[in-house]
Amino acid sequence: MAVEGNLVEMGALIGAGLACTGMGGAAIGVGHVVGNYLSGALRNPAAAGGQTATMFIGIAFSEALGIFSFLVALLLMYAK
Amino acid sequence: MASGAEEVSAFNIHPMDQFVVKPLFGAGHTDINDVMKDLAWYTPTNVTLWLGIAVACIALLFVMGTRGRAVVPSRTQSVAEMIYTFVRNMIVDITGEEGLKFFPYIMTLFMFILFANVLGLLPYSFTVTSHIAVTGVLAIAVFLSVTILGFVRNGGKFLKIFWITEAPLALRPILAIIEIISYFVRPVSHSIRLGGNMMAGHAVVKVFAGFAGALGVGAVAPIVAIMAVYGLEMLVVVIQAYVFTILTCVYLNDALHPGH
Repeated sequence: MAVEGNLVEMGALIGAGLACTGMGGAAIGVGHVVGNYLSGALRNPAAAGGQTATMFIGIAFSEALGIFSFLVALLLMYAK
Repeated sequence: MASGAEEVSAFNIHPMDQFVVKPLFGAGHTDINDVMKDLAWYTPTNVTLWLGIAVACIALLFVMGTRGRAVVPSRTQSVAEMIYTFVRNMIVDITGEEGLKFFPYIMTLFMFILFANVLGLLPYSFTVTSHIAVTGVLAIAVFLSVTILGFVRNGGKFLKIFWITEAPLALRPILAIIEIISYFVRPVSHSIRLGGNMMAGHAVVKVFAGFAGALGVGAVAPIVAIMAVYGLEMLVVVIQAYVFTILTCVYLNDALHPGH
C-alpha cells in the first residue's frame, strides 16, 4: 500500500498532537491549586471565602500556559 | 487543514467553521478564499451582528433593571443589582476603595465579555470573544491604561514593581529581568487566555455535535456528552469573564499601589 502525502504536513500534525501534551501539565497545575485550596479551606472554613479570588487568579495563571500549548497546536495546524 | 484528511473524516461540519468571519449580506460563498475577498473594513459581518446583540442585551438588562428602582426589586432589577454588587465587591476586595474610581471601566469589561461569551453558546451564533483580535484589543487597552495610570499616579516610583526589595540584593537584578518579561507578557496571556478558552470550548461542543451527526438516530451517547460539555462550557464562559475582570483588578492594584 503506497502512502502519499506531504511530509511537512505530517510533521506539523504530529507536532500539533505533541504540543497538546502541554495541556496535561496545565491540568496538573490547576488540580494542584484547587486541591490545595480545598484542603486549606476544610481546615479553616472561616478563611476560605476570602481566598476564592486568589484561587481563581492562581487557576488563571496556571491555565494560561496550557492554552499556550493549545495555541501552538492550532498554529501548527492552520498557520501555513 | 489537509485536504485529504477531510474526506475520511466523520465530520460533515468542521469544528472550526463556527469561527469564520462572514459578511452578513454576501453572495453566500462557502470557500474561505471567496469569503475573504468579500470583506472590506466597512462590511457588516457576523462579528458586527453579535457585538451589537451583546451590547443591546446589556443595555436592555440595565435599562429594564433600573426602570422601576423599587425597594423590593423585581427579577430584572435584582439580577442587575447582583451583577453590580458582584463587580463592586471584586474591586473593593482586590484594589481597595481607591479602585472604585475605575468601576465603570471594569463593569463594562465584565458585562461585555460575559454577554459575548454566553451569547456565543447559542446554536448558530458567533462567539465574538473567541477571536484574538477582539480579546487582544481589550487586553492591550487594559495594559496601556494601567501602565499610563501607574506612571501618572506614582511617577518614576512605578518602576519599583520591578525591583523587589523583599528579595536579597544579589537576586534583585535577576528578578527584575523576570518581572519585566512577565509584565510585558501580560497583554499576550491576558488575551490568549480568554480567546483560547472560548475557541477550545466551543470547538469541543462542535466536535461532539459532529459525532452525533455521523451516528444519526442512534446518537444517544454523543448527545448526553454534548449536554455535559455544554453544562461545563456554561461554567467556563462565566469563569473566564470573571478571570479577565479579576486580573484587570490585579493589574490596576499594581498601578495604584506599586511595591506591595
